[in-house]
Amino acid sequence: MDEALLRTLTPNVIGILVRRGADFASAEDAVQDALIEAVRTWPDAMPRDPKGWLVTVAWRKFLDAARADTARRQREERVEAEASPIPGEDPAVDDTLQLYFLCAHPSLTPASAVALTLRAVGGLTTRQIARAYLVPESTMAQRISRAKRTVSGVRFNQPGDVATILRVLYLVFNEGYDGDIDLAAEAIRLTRQLAVLVDEPEVAGLLALMLLHHARRASRIGPEGRLIPLAEQDRSLWDTSLIAEGVTILQAALTRDRLGEYQAQAAIAALHADAPSTAETDWPQIVEWYDELLLLTGSPVVRLNRAVAVGEADGPQAGLAALAEVDPGLPRHGAAAAYLHERAGTPSDLERAAALYAEASRAATSLPERDHLTREAARVRQRLRS
Amino acid sequence: MAKYLILKHYRGGPVPTVAFAPMDQWTPDEVTAHIQYMRDFATRLEGTGEFVDEQALSPQGTFVRYDGEGRPPVTDGPFAETKDLIAGWMVIDVESYERALELAAELSAAPGPGGTPIYEWLELRPFYGVSPAITE
Repeated sequence: MDEALLRTLTPNVIGILVRRGADFASAEDAVQDALIEAVRTWPDAMPRDPKGWLVTVAWRKFLDAARADTARRQREERVEAEASPIPGEDPAVDDTLQLYFLCAHPSLTPASAVALTLRAVGGLTTRQIARAYLVPESTMAQRISRAKRTVSGVRFNQPGDVATILRVLYLVFNEGYDGDIDLAAEAIRLTRQLAVLVDEPEVAGLLALMLLHHARRASRIGPEGRLIPLAEQDRSLWDTSLIAEGVTILQAALTRDRLGEYQAQAAIAALHADAPSTAETDWPQIVEWYDELLLLTGSPVVRLNRAVAVGEADGPQAGLAALAEVDPGLPRHGAAAAYLHERAGTPSDLERAAALYAEASRAATSLPERDHLTREAARVRQRLRS
Repeated sequence: MAKYLILKHYRGGPVPTVAFAPMDQWTPDEVTAHIQYMRDFATRLEGTGEFVDEQALSPQGTFVRYDGEGRPPVTDGPFAETKDLIAGWMVIDVESYERALELAAELSAAPGPGGTPIYEWLELRPFYGVSPAITE
């Protein structure tokens, strides 16, 4: 059975049900039920027209649910009467875009928007989403139904701000590197689909950013889940076709001269992808992109990353000077300082680096990061002894 | 079968059997070997059908309590070196208490500096089980 096809059809089918008069929450439930039935029955009997099958089954599920609820009797009659689809143009494209907006609605918390997007636009089951985020299925089901209640008053044909959608997709991608469900690949699929629907440089920028990072995936994690920093990654493992695609998309976006944060981040990723090693990387240009990014976002995290890039471009002392301007309470501040002190290389710098790495390991927010920083502290101490 | 929690502490518990330096003062290879031992142990337990769950906790802990209507929560901590601090746990589902002891002891033998076991104290706590339907 082609699960990818099934998932692609999901937003489309929800859109058709809504056009027939179903409310979003019920339509989404009905399509989810139909998906679960498809997963069960398609392997034995693949329908000739998968989309038609899904629409028919989802519509039946919707009517069953509406019938079961006697309080909805009147609305059901109204819906039955209006059940003929609107003739004329294919509404699939608009419907899918509307779903993206609805699922990323600003009234939703980021976690709710992510869950709802993965289910209604991505066509993942609640169980799959729950597993991806390591929570019980019933918890995820509650999160999704609360999210649907939150957006129940939103009109389906209201366009929103594409930036809210991009933020949700960015979150899905960024947290998607662990677990059985490949959320990073799913985020790429959903962003690709969005790029077809919306002609915006920032959508292209986010897609390029994802592709360029995804290309490095095989080299990022070593044996036993070990974190490998950029400088030590085996660049022959980088996926050159993903890099080529990312660079092409980014270049086309940049020529439109409407720079945004995702394009700037993608430009930095592209410069890394271009370089045969850390030493041969065009650090001055990376610093320039961080300057652009800082103007666009003012983000302290950008300031921190910029300091590390300055350290590569103009030497560790310049990097440490730039880092002195950054809030020391920031996550990864200690690790960045440790890195720059180690590069400065005097015995007292090395002492400082080891202590900072050890301190950073205690403040780490993930196990691979903690283990990596502990190992870095150990490595610098070993260097000091020899 | 009975479930047991094997608790690993950052601090607290009985006096250490072997005084060893904090992990960031080991060699990188010693750190890797230690982490690998833990992983292999969990993988083996999955293989024997005795593994249930495993979690690690960051040392950044805070005590917190209610302080009355309309007042913000009261916090205490994080603590430097004084309080007991849990580092993580593993839940196992085993045939007997003896088996639980055996596995906990094995986990406690994880290698440290020089590749020798660290003889770490682990806390073993039984879960409450289910009430049997037939009692006579």
